[in-house]
This record gives sequence, structure tokens and C-alpha cells, in this order.
Amino acid sequence: MALLQIAEPGQSTAPHEHRLAVGIDLGTTNSLVATVKSGMSVVLSDDQGRSLLPSVVQYGHDGTHEVGFNAQSRQAEDPKNTIVSVKRFMGRSLADIAHVETMPYDFIETEGMIKLRTAQGVKSPVEVSADILRVLRERAEAALGGTLTGAVVTVPAYFDDAQRQATKDAARLAGLNVLRLLNEPTAAAIAYGLDNSAEGVYAVYDLGGGTFDISILRLSKGIFEVLSTGGDSALGGDDFDQRVFCWIIERAELAPLSPSDARMLLTRAREAKEYLTGHGEAPITARLASGEYVDLQLTTEIFTEITRTLVQKTLAPVRKALRDAGLTVDEIKGVVMVGGATRMPQIQRAVGEFFGQQPLNNLDPDKVVALGAATQANLLAGNRAAGDDWLLLDVIPLSLGIETMGGLVEKIIPRNSTIPVARAQEFTTFRDGQTAMAVHVVQGERELVSDCRSLARFELRGIPPMVAGAARIRVTFQVDADGLLSVTARELTSGHEARVEVKPSYGLSDDEIASMLKAGISHASDDAFRRALREAQVEAQRLIEATRSALREDSALLNEKELADVEAAVARLQTVVIGDDRAAIDSAMAALNKATAELAARRMNQSVKRVLAGRKVEELGS
Amino acid sequence: MLAGKAGMAEDFFALFDIPRAFAVDTGGLEIRYRDIQSRVHPDKHAHLTEADRRVAMQWATLANEAYQTLKNPLLRARYLLRLVGHETQMENNTAMAPEFLIEQMEWRESVIESREAGDIAGLETLQARLRRQTKAQYATLQADLDEKHDYAAASDMVRQLMFQEKLLHEIDDAIEAIEA
Ligand SMILES: Nc1ncnc2c1ncn2[C@@H]1O[C@H](COP(=O)(O)OP(=O)(O)OP(=O)(O)O)[C@@H](O)[C@H]1O
Ligand SMILES: [Mg+2]
Repeated sequence: MALLQIAEPGQSTAPHEHRLAVGIDLGTTNSLVATVKSGMSVVLSDDQGRSLLPSVVQYGHDGTHEVGFNAQSRQAEDPKNTIVSVKRFMGRSLADIAHVETMPYDFIETEGMIKLRTAQGVKSPVEVSADILRVLRERAEAALGGTLTGAVVTVPAYFDDAQRQATKDAARLAGLNVLRLLNEPTAAAIAYGLDNSAEGVYAVYDLGGGTFDISILRLSKGIFEVLSTGGDSALGGDDFDQRVFCWIIERAELAPLSPSDARMLLTRAREAKEYLTGHGEAPITARLASGEYVDLQLTTEIFTEITRTLVQKTLAPVRKALRDAGLTVDEIKGVVMVGGATRMPQIQRAVGEFFGQQPLNNLDPDKVVALGAATQANLLAGNRAAGDDWLLLDVIPLSLGIETMGGLVEKIIPRNSTIPVARAQEFTTFRDGQTAMAVHVVQGERELVSDCRSLARFELRGIPPMVAGAARIRVTFQVDADGLLSVTARELTSGHEARVEVKPSYGLSDDEIASMLKAGISHASDDAFRRALREAQVEAQRLIEATRSALREDSALLNEKELADVEAAVARLQTVVIGDDRAAIDSAMAALNKATAELAARRMNQSVKRVLAGRKVEELGS
Repeated sequence: MLAGKAGMAEDFFALFDIPRAFAVDTGGLEIRYRDIQSRVHPDKHAHLTEADRRVAMQWATLANEAYQTLKNPLLRARYLLRLVGHETQMENNTAMAPEFLIEQMEWRESVIESREAGDIAGLETLQARLRRQTKAQYATLQADLDEKHDYAAASDMVRQLMFQEKLLHEIDDAIEAIEA
């Protein structure tokens, strides 16, 4: 009997085609891009051999902007137009941000996400982040010699929906095809786990410049399963700088500072903090524009004392994550340290004491996230070799709920649910003849709506008038593998399915992204336009190939009419793909995707049946 | 809504190809869950067409829901009762044995006391005691469901266990509140 050859999902059908994919760590302080080259994950450097790109953007008065080291060196000179730690503003409103008073920016309070007024007009944190990501994309394309198929972009595990959506929007704005948003500690676990063939339950403690994450994972037989996650998306090395900064002002008895002086002293504070990692004492000297002179010694003792509460603040989420995972400290096999701020001795000590074991420091805490992301990007792009395979099961960090009577939250999807996850909830009307209903979606653990993050508000309209309580509206909450929420609603009694798609209030709509992209393109040369067209063409070609290969394997799953429809849609796309009508390509792609929906569903059913049958055979044999 | 046409999606036990019973070989269930997720997870289809990616998300969502339902004994019991047409209508049927309710009140008082005293160790002792009791109740539930097929008794037990699980949760929250 001839053996059936089944192409496994994820395995490239054309074995020699290597798709260019990268992992990007978009950090509060530093950003990196990495890729897999000849089976090895490597960080890509700039033309001066530097792998870290400071996450700093300076918008000049002359219409140009700088990203990275050049921007960083102008911080004190032009603090208002030099944006640092923009990640802390992603998906946040002014009220969410700590220490606004010490920040030199010209904030604009708008509905939803905060904005900044710069020498080049109003910028949203999404646009600033996109400027950082664009530099990394260009760096990767120059190094790899081609257009990228896609990127895995990392986010703190504890980022909520608004922050994730903002990150994805920024990546798209930077011209990246986002294969996946990946949680930073999970990316680190991949890098660590694969390098060390680790098995067992591990904790990843990630303290970066602006965020803190703790994730508990079980590594077993090629599966990375996140059991729980916790953290604080506004706690990191920056806060230690802030404590030192306040100490300097108090000690040196300084008068109110100018923005330039404040920026400079913050930089001194950070330098002193980093210096203390290897020394018992750090000198802090500075001459201010006001003529005042700072000359202080910061000792390890004082530093430890003024930052004690920050260190303690990281341990509460650790306890919670353990409890959520149903584990005790002695069940943790190892603690992987990630993020530059974990270099601080007091952090090492606190974590070691808490877990009763020496933390694992054998990875470069600056690079491990990007390296893990690159490995995952390579897998997602379909480049994996046989046997080189793993599965990642991640969770949603914060509960999702809706507002009920009296401003209370009803939880719909609890935190730490494995994603993708969906829950449906039925609602009804409370007045006779009611034809509309307001739904308010929130995220967080607290009981009161006002204590949670508001994600989206929408109104269901066109409910057929009925007596109170007779209408049945089913609202489905779907969280995808990026941890992003979408909501759909249907009216069930009338049989008519009114669907609403909801985008979180903090996100950009597809139209907005398109118009921002277009605006960017019209400024730039024809190049950008050609690039976008070329990308669409490549994408279309890929779709044609994928469809053909699916048909070769499984055309038997379709009846004649269905097969003819798919073939017609392929033919249509083929005729437009060679032209330069971008809209025509897009619409022919959409049509083909629609035509193959049924085929995709049936192929998946078949694949699941086969794997279970295979398991049965294996069990009979054993 | 999901891959319902597959037929197997309608019954989570059938989906994982395991016997429909309360007693579950959790190891075997987990292996099958991982088998299926290894095939259907969106990460395995990220490079494929939009249609493929959509199906993958729906399937992976279904597999997660099915696994979570069967893995958790309380959810599994409720699901089984639903499959045999014995819906545990929590909302309309709140008549509970008075002894049980009194015991619940006592538990609750102890939790509040320990919480107010900031007594984490006390809360943990309560939790351990409650867990032991719950374990015995699950054993009874298993007999009711798998051996006696006494679904009325099973429904009662499920209802009691929902109280107990909720209480366990509240103890967690109390510990968390003290720690914070
Ligand atoms: N030797 C050191 N001692 C103490 N802190 C250090 C040292 N080196 C780096 N740091 C701190 O680490 C932080 C940056 O870490 P990292 O690059 O991991 O953050 P990030 O990835 O940019 O931020 P995040 O992950 O929070 O978005 C900064 O606060 C920096 O001052
Ligand atoms: Mg980081």
C-alpha cells in the first residue's frame, strides 16, 4: 500500500524558499532586531556594529528626525522634541502616566491615547514607535538583502489590549507585516528553553527600562505552556532613575529645574545607578544651566534604601502569578532573569531569596527577548526544518469584562486563560420596545468599572421591538493569538444576525492606518509606492501558490462547483497581479480568501482526524 | 459558530476521542489536547492564507474551550449533565440543604475574621481544610455520575461544589488583598 504523504502545517512546501523574517524587541529604553541565519538566532547590528538602538526619537526643526544614539545625545539640548521611553505612553491617557510634571514634553490630552506636540507637529506614541521600528526594518532589509515577509514584535506580557493594539498599529505603520505579537518573557523562555533543552516549570523575571513581567511556564516535550503571568506595565529601571533623581534634588537642595537640567540630571541618575552595579559608590557631578553645581556620592546603601519599595513592588505580582498557577516556590526549577535592570544586585538578591535559589543569568539580558522573537518569527514564516518544531501556548494577562448595573464589572474571560479564547454572553432588553443597547467592554481585575481600563463602548442598534426580556443578543468576545480582543454581536430571536465589529477605543481603524500610510507615502518618493505595490504582489503570489498547493493535496474535499469557484478566483487574481492596480490586487485577494474558506475548514478537520487516528494507532502499538 | 460542521466539535469528549464519563485520564486528555493544538494552533498557520488563519484561530479556540471544560472537574460535571439533558439551572434552583448553608456561613465568617486580622496563615489553613472536604465531594460526584447515574444527586453536588469553589476563590482574593 502506498503511504500517504501529508505535508505538515508549518512546513514550507517549497523547501528552498527561505522567507525573511525578524524578531523585534521594541523596548522602553533599547530596541533590537534579530533574525535566524543558518539555523542560528543573531542580533543585527547597525553600520557601526552596535546592536542596541536606543528607543529615542528627536524631531528637529528642520523637518528631519533622528532615531537612536544621535537622538539620545540631544536629549538635554532639545528635551521637548526628544522623545524617550515612548513605550510608557502607548495606549495610555495623560491620567495614566506617573511623573508627568517632571517630563519636558508638550502633552495634548485627547480622547483616548495621549499625544505630543513636537517641532514636526502632533505625534502620537504610535507614530513615534513606528519611527523606531522603521529604522529596525531598514536595518534588517539592508542586512538580509530583501523585503521582509514578516516580523514578530514583542510586548510586555502584562500589556493590556490598548497597549497591544497600539504596538501592532505602530508596526503596521512602519511597513511591517506582523506575524505575531509575542510576550517578552515568553520570547525569553523560548531562547532559554531551546538553548538548554530545558524541561520543567520555570519562572521568567523580566525587569526592563519601563516594564515588569513575571511569567510562569511549563516546558515539556517541545511545548512552552504559560501557566500564569503578572506584572506592572509601568515599573522598570526608569523608576529607579527617578528615585535617584529625587534624591539628588533633595540632597543638593536645587531650585526648580529647567527641562534641560532635569533631563541631564535624569541621565546622571541613570549612569550612577548602572555604575553601582559594579561599584560600592557612584560619584554624581553636574553643572546646571542655573549655575548651581552638584557634587554628590551615592552609596550602595543609600541606593538600596531609596529603592527598597520598588524591589518589593515586583514581588507582589510574583506571588500572585505563582498562586494563579497553583504552584509554590519549591516547584520552580529555575528563574530566568531578563532585562537590563535585573543586573542590579538588590534585584538579584531579592529574587534569589524569594525563590530560594540562585537566579539563572547565563543569557544576555539585553538580547534574549529579540533572539527568542527571531526564532519564533522563523517558525511562523514557515522556515522550519523537519524536527525543528515547538508549540507555544500563551495566556491573556488581565480579565476581560463588561459593565453591568451600578458600574460593576462582570468578568467574561478570566485572566490567564489560554489564547486564543472566546466566550459568548447573552443579553436581553429591560424595557418594552427597546431597540438599542449599550455595551461597555473593560479590562482589569477590579470590581468597579471606574477602576478598570475602558476598552470599547458600542451600541447595538436595530433590535426588533419586543417586550422587555424577550430579545436575545449574543455578544461574542474573541481574543486572538496576539492577545487582541474583537467583539461581535448578533440578535438571535429575529433570526437576523446584526454583527458589529468593535475596535478598542484606543486603537486606530484600518482606514486611519491606510490614510497615515498614504500620507507617508505621498511625502516620500515613488519608491515607497512601488514598495507597497511590490509587497502586495508578493503577497498575492504567495496566496496563489498556497491555494494551488492546497488544491493539489486536497481538491477531493471540494465538489465540482466549489472547485470551479476557487479556480476562478485564482485565475482572477492571476490576471491582476501583474498589473499595478493595488486596489484590484487587494480585492482579488479578498475574493480568493473568501472562496477558499470552506476548503481551509475541511482541510483542518481532516488534519485533526488524522492526528487523533495516529494517536490511537500509537496507543494500540504500545 | 465554530468548526461545528466537523460533528466532533459538538461533543468535547468526541473531539478528544475519549470516553464520555466524569472519570477522565487527565494525562491522556492532555496529550490529545497537545496533539490537536500542535495541528490547529494559529502559529502553525501564520504563513498561510487568511482563510487558513481564520480556521486555525477558530479551531484553537475550540480546542482550548473543550480542554478547559474537561480538565476542570466542576466544569466537566456541568458539561456532562448538560449532555444528558440535565442542565444545572443555578439561577432558578437555589434550594440547598439548610445544614450546608449553615456550614457555608460559618466558613465565610472564618474567612472574614482571618481577613480582618490580616492572618494569612489562618486563611491558608482554612483553604487546606476546605480543599480536603471538596476532594471527598468530588469522589461522591464521580460515583453519582459514572456508577449510579443519579443525575439529580449529581446536580445537587455540583451546586454545593460551586459554593465551595467560590469560597476557595474568595480566600485567594483575601490573601491577595492582605499581601497588597
Ligand atoms: N549595569 C546595569 N545596572 C543597572 N541597571 C542597568 C544596567 N544596565 C542596564 N540597566 C538598566 O536596564 C534598563 C534597560 O533594560 P532593557 O534594555 O532590558 O529595557 P527595555 O527592553 O528597553 O525595556 P522594557 O522591556 O521595559 O520595555 C535601563 O533602566 C537601564 O538603566
Ligand atoms: Mg525589554
